[in-house]
Amino acid sequence: MAWTRKILRVDLSNGTCGSEPLNMDWAFKYLGQRGLASKYLVEETDPKVDPLSPDNKMIFATGPLTATEAPTGGRWSVITKGPLTGAIACSNSGGFFGAELKNAGWDMIIFEGKSPKPVYLSIDNDNAELLDAGDLWGRSVWETEDKIRESRGNPFVRVACIGRAGENGVLFAGVINDKDRAAGRSGVGAVMGSKNLKAVVVRGTVGVKVDNPNAFKKAANAARKVLAENAVTGEGLPTYGTQVMMNIVNETGALPTRNAGDSQFDGASKISGEAMLEKRAGDGKPHTVSTKGCYGCPIVCGRVSQMDPEHFSVAGKPRYHGESGGLEYEAAWAFGAATGIDDLESLQYANMICNEHGMDPISLGSTIAAAMDLYEQGVITDRDTGGVALKFGSAEALVTIVEQTAKGEGFGKEIGQGSRRLCEKYGKPELSMSVKGQELPAYDPRGIQGMGLTYATSNRGACHLRSYTVASEVLGIPEKTDPLTTDGKAGMVKALQDATAAVDSTGTCIFTTFALTLDDIAPEVDAACEGDWSADKMVEVGERIWNLERKYNLNAGFTAADDTLPKRILKDAAKTGPASGKVNDLGKMLPEYYQLRGWTANGVPSNETLQRLAL
Amino acid sequence: MLQSMKIRIKLFALLSRYLPPDSAGNEADLEVPDGATAAAIIADLGLPSEHCHLVLVNGVYLAPGARGDRPLQEGDALAIWPPVAGG
Repeated sequence: MAWTRKILRVDLSNGTCGSEPLNMDWAFKYLGQRGLASKYLVEETDPKVDPLSPDNKMIFATGPLTATEAPTGGRWSVITKGPLTGAIACSNSGGFFGAELKNAGWDMIIFEGKSPKPVYLSIDNDNAELLDAGDLWGRSVWETEDKIRESRGNPFVRVACIGRAGENGVLFAGVINDKDRAAGRSGVGAVMGSKNLKAVVVRGTVGVKVDNPNAFKKAANAARKVLAENAVTGEGLPTYGTQVMMNIVNETGALPTRNAGDSQFDGASKISGEAMLEKRAGDGKPHTVSTKGCYGCPIVCGRVSQMDPEHFSVAGKPRYHGESGGLEYEAAWAFGAATGIDDLESLQYANMICNEHGMDPISLGSTIAAAMDLYEQGVITDRDTGGVALKFGSAEALVTIVEQTAKGEGFGKEIGQGSRRLCEKYGKPELSMSVKGQELPAYDPRGIQGMGLTYATSNRGACHLRSYTVASEVLGIPEKTDPLTTDGKAGMVKALQDATAAVDSTGTCIFTTFALTLDDIAPEVDAACEGDWSADKMVEVGERIWNLERKYNLNAGFTAADDTLPKRILKDAAKTGPASGKVNDLGKMLPEYYQLRGWTANGVPSNETLQRLAL
Repeated sequence: MLQSMKIRIKLFALLSRYLPPDSAGNEADLEVPDGATAAAIIADLGLPSEHCHLVLVNGVYLAPGARGDRPLQEGDALAIWPPVAGG
């Protein structure tokens, strides 16, 4: 149990919905969510498929602990081939939608084909049907959820949908659930849009059964106790949220600034978590008004903010005057330090547009930063941008371009293709701060060496959440290591990648691992699920998932040459701070990493490794 | 009479309440005795040592065992956080 053992298969081309049993042989090898859905994708699609074609599939997947009493058991993921990268994509979200889907009796939904007209999927426990979405197409995430709720007449339904960005083929469009939680990265929302699928609405009252209720309650309570008593998950994250990172990373000299031209931002304190709690000049109110947690989460890291209604970006636009999710660290960095903008209100506005229209703020902010670099260097001019002066530091330019990108208008159409395509078009590919086509997040690998290897080897393109070495290299969790050395980082990255892949397959949140180890999480899985689930087995499953994703990417055409970093990170030394004079020494880490993985010098899993992992 | 020097103190998250009253944002200049250590400054400001998790001097981490040994220099920036994290 814990798995519902049921998959909902939706053929959008034919308009049919059917139930089928979960492949339990695969469940015992890949657990759930990220791992299990990746196995289905690998088995059912050609890795060379055009991500935006009907032949690509898209999977909404829960984990075995989703909707259970496990702390943070509300996670779900979207797995598909990503259009931004051409690599396997897995975007993880919180909120309440995932638990509702699981409570309706489904482990996952596999979407295939393409609907001839806009539709949405309606699920009420066992009953699933595709309904006409003609009057929803063209609407924002917020309008879509409100309209669907109104038509269902049930306040308990949960909605995941795309906004205009997903409809318009923005290659970093996300799927948004509960209005401000996002399966944000790699363009999974563009895949949804390409299938003419606007939304999924679900109501679930079946519930989830665990294998050994007494043992499960004991394991979940033990994990909850560790989270409550830990200084980070019990106090730091609930009190300050992710935005507390802004000043830390800046002080450490690892805050990518103005398209990574610098690695410290003199406006960092103005856009930090601390600044969000101060009274602002405009209306005298603090930016942050409250906090918000996801399903079953005792940490409650989410922030809720309210803008100054007189700020230029929202004056006369009352729909932006209410409370809204954010800012989180990554979004604040992408719209702030990356673009050189220190106006907190503009960053919140850009973040709200991402929620309203379904976009990944990391890729959007970083692509705007690349465009600003092109503009400042004279590679593009007002003629290209439609008169928008894309200068570093311009809040007005940010607001205009973010709106244009969501709506698919003006220069926003080019921004919507991501930084790699934008910079290649103008003959400056080196100005795209991306790996495998996906933009780097908020940690400069010149100042945090392990993050360079993390980005270079991440299976979904640059991502901090595949092996968050920042925890050790900067925050001292579980123990402090030197961020400026490469020693030991290959082993650290591999271990974190495998453990993260396992946690991402449970249905719980990776933030628990600031306090919990697999020795805490495995007993929850073991009690909830059939089979024996030790911490060692979780590591083995994680390593299997990592190699499965790697094989998919190699079959899609990626090679070891793609395990690299932007030239600026490898060649141009940091100018200030502790990393001054340093580049990222990826070349010192990558061969050791391949060796530890049991891969050839060309980054290909050896036959021995594949056999060991039963791949 | 002891000579003094000026350093920059930066206190974040819940430690900001220990900043001198004339502080702007999360930082302030601080007159300290010549050769003062991070541990001595932490004690003088009344910072609960268990909350001084991340201690950086000019952005570089100072391990707990070294906080009482290494004298700071004029103009150094001493930044301190309680246990926090993000993503």
